[in-house]
Amino acid sequence: MQKLSSQDAYWKKNLRYLSVLLSIWFLVSYGFGILFVDALNRIRIGGFYLGFWFAQQGAIYVFVILIFVYVKLMKKLDKQFNVDEQKAPRP
Amino acid sequence: MSVQAWTYIMVGASFTLYIGIAIWAKARSRQDFYVAGSHVPPVLNGMATAADWMSAASFISMAGLISFMGRDGSVYLMGWTGGYVLLALLLAPYLRKFGKFTVPDFVGDRYYSQLARFVAIVCAIFVSFTYVAGQMRGVGIVFSRFLNVNITVGVLIGMGIVFFYAVLGGMKGITYTQVAQYCVLIFAYLVPAIFISLMMTGTPIPQLGFGGTLTDGSGTFLLDRLNGLNQELGFNTYTDGSKSTIDVFFITASLMVGTAGLPHVIVRFYTVPKVSDARSSAGWALLFIALLYTTAPAVAAFARTNLLTTISDAEYAKAPKWFKNWEATGLIAFEDKNKDGLIQYRGPKSDLENELTIDRDIMVLANPEIAGLPNWVVGLVAAGGLAAALSTAAGLLLVISTSIAHDLLKRELYPEISPERELAAARIAAGVAVCIAGYFGLHPPGFVAQVVAFAFGLAAASFFPAIIMGIFSKRMNKYGAISGMVVGLLFTASYIVYFKFVSPETNHAAHWWFGISPEGIGTVGMLLNVLVANLVSYRTPPPPPEIQELVESIRMP
Repeated sequence: MQKLSSQDAYWKKNLRYLSVLLSIWFLVSYGFGILFVDALNRIRIGGFYLGFWFAQQGAIYVFVILIFVYVKLMKKLDKQFNVDEQKAPRP
Repeated sequence: MSVQAWTYIMVGASFTLYIGIAIWAKARSRQDFYVAGSHVPPVLNGMATAADWMSAASFISMAGLISFMGRDGSVYLMGWTGGYVLLALLLAPYLRKFGKFTVPDFVGDRYYSQLARFVAIVCAIFVSFTYVAGQMRGVGIVFSRFLNVNITVGVLIGMGIVFFYAVLGGMKGITYTQVAQYCVLIFAYLVPAIFISLMMTGTPIPQLGFGGTLTDGSGTFLLDRLNGLNQELGFNTYTDGSKSTIDVFFITASLMVGTAGLPHVIVRFYTVPKVSDARSSAGWALLFIALLYTTAPAVAAFARTNLLTTISDAEYAKAPKWFKNWEATGLIAFEDKNKDGLIQYRGPKSDLENELTIDRDIMVLANPEIAGLPNWVVGLVAAGGLAAALSTAAGLLLVISTSIAHDLLKRELYPEISPERELAAARIAAGVAVCIAGYFGLHPPGFVAQVVAFAFGLAAASFFPAIIMGIFSKRMNKYGAISGMVVGLLFTASYIVYFKFVSPETNHAAHWWFGISPEGIGTVGMLLNVLVANLVSYRTPPPPPEIQELVESIRMP
């Protein structure tokens, strides 16, 4: 029973990370790059129109960052719950 | 040295490298053949995934496509990268923990049903064949354009190379050749991009030059000049879209979800040693993909600006040399309709008649010549295009051979088959698949371009929801999953078939449901799949306890 509840806690935490990261994922691509693209295009950064930049550049950069943030968060979580594979005995 | 000589050297050297790697990485067991023994370091797997993913279309056609579509082209940029976030967060780590060989393995085991496995096998084979036909054609085209051999010889050479390393090395051979192919293709893509960025905006980083000012002394931003030129000539403003917002939304979603559901991408994550490696490997893959995918829109804008300034209203007799070169290949066609000797390149909103047709592939293929780069760069671009096409073809062929040998023979028909015979069957299946793909490359069915929408739509409407619900819902049972997949598939397939084949003349926004084009309908198919699956699942008995335990176990690394 003890094991089950720790498993539940691990999974809940994981789901929380997922919902935050996927909200950002949605916001930068579907939000900034598609739904609000015309509004953001009124803002200029250098030669870029901001909405256009998100649609063709920015969203992709954020995607890469999101994955590495998740990798990092989960590494910490794995350690915290002692399911870190590095600790598994090597043959 | 001539362009031709350099091309032979670059292509010859890269092919020798691939063959050398194939001999070094010979598969010795089923594990080697299917999942490279699950020993691939995450960074290398990331590179292999990137090469696997980026096809001839990404390398040759995408920048051109964007340069004609302007902002609408972002559906491809976001659609073909955003799926990796879904892969890394929702799929890859859990499938790695599950730890078998294929996607039908997971679908069949999780839904404790041979029928579910069979539906998955059919989808995997169909999606992969759809895709691979285009790749073989791409190989033939690159050969014929750069080396002046005919397409048949080009396809045969390509088949020979893929046959050699896919049949011999299986996943192991493919993985390490893909790593080499990634290096070749990204180098070949970046070199001309950096040069053209320097030439036009004075900065060596295309991603920054994209938002920079022109070097012609005017101090104008590149994008402003491009918008101005586009408007002047009667095209849509480059940074504005012409597709409806809802269509852009649904196409992007369909491509993203489809990406995360494509079997040849998913299986790559079975090849890393650990669950945490599956997560980071998806990150590396996207980083390597992003290198090309953030360069492509910059190349698109540079090439378009350059094209419009150099040839629009220019005297045909004085057109630059590259213009004449590519006219000879038929990729540029000029017809002097008003007989004034000038090249009028005009968009739909102009009063003047357009006289110039340009194939979109030219934006990448002719880039080195337009930018006046040395001959070896042209040869390099040829080698890069081939690397992109071959790496994707090999990955797809492996999925086909695994689906036949492992999923169909071992798991469905002859469970008692010995591992040695299964491996032999996988090799034979890979060989046969290469031949079929080659045949499609030589005699492309007219519908290759149309069926790409199919591949993504079907992957989005079938695999993706089935796998996600299999991981995130313990309650999802086989009745729900199967009916969801079948409804999603039938709906998506009939919508695409109707607009692409049955009644193509009605294929425009006025007839589409809610203004969603066939390219974006996979998203609706996916939503239907989820809806039906849940409705059915809650009215039928829950999955047996051992399946619920399986779900528990794949959630923990």
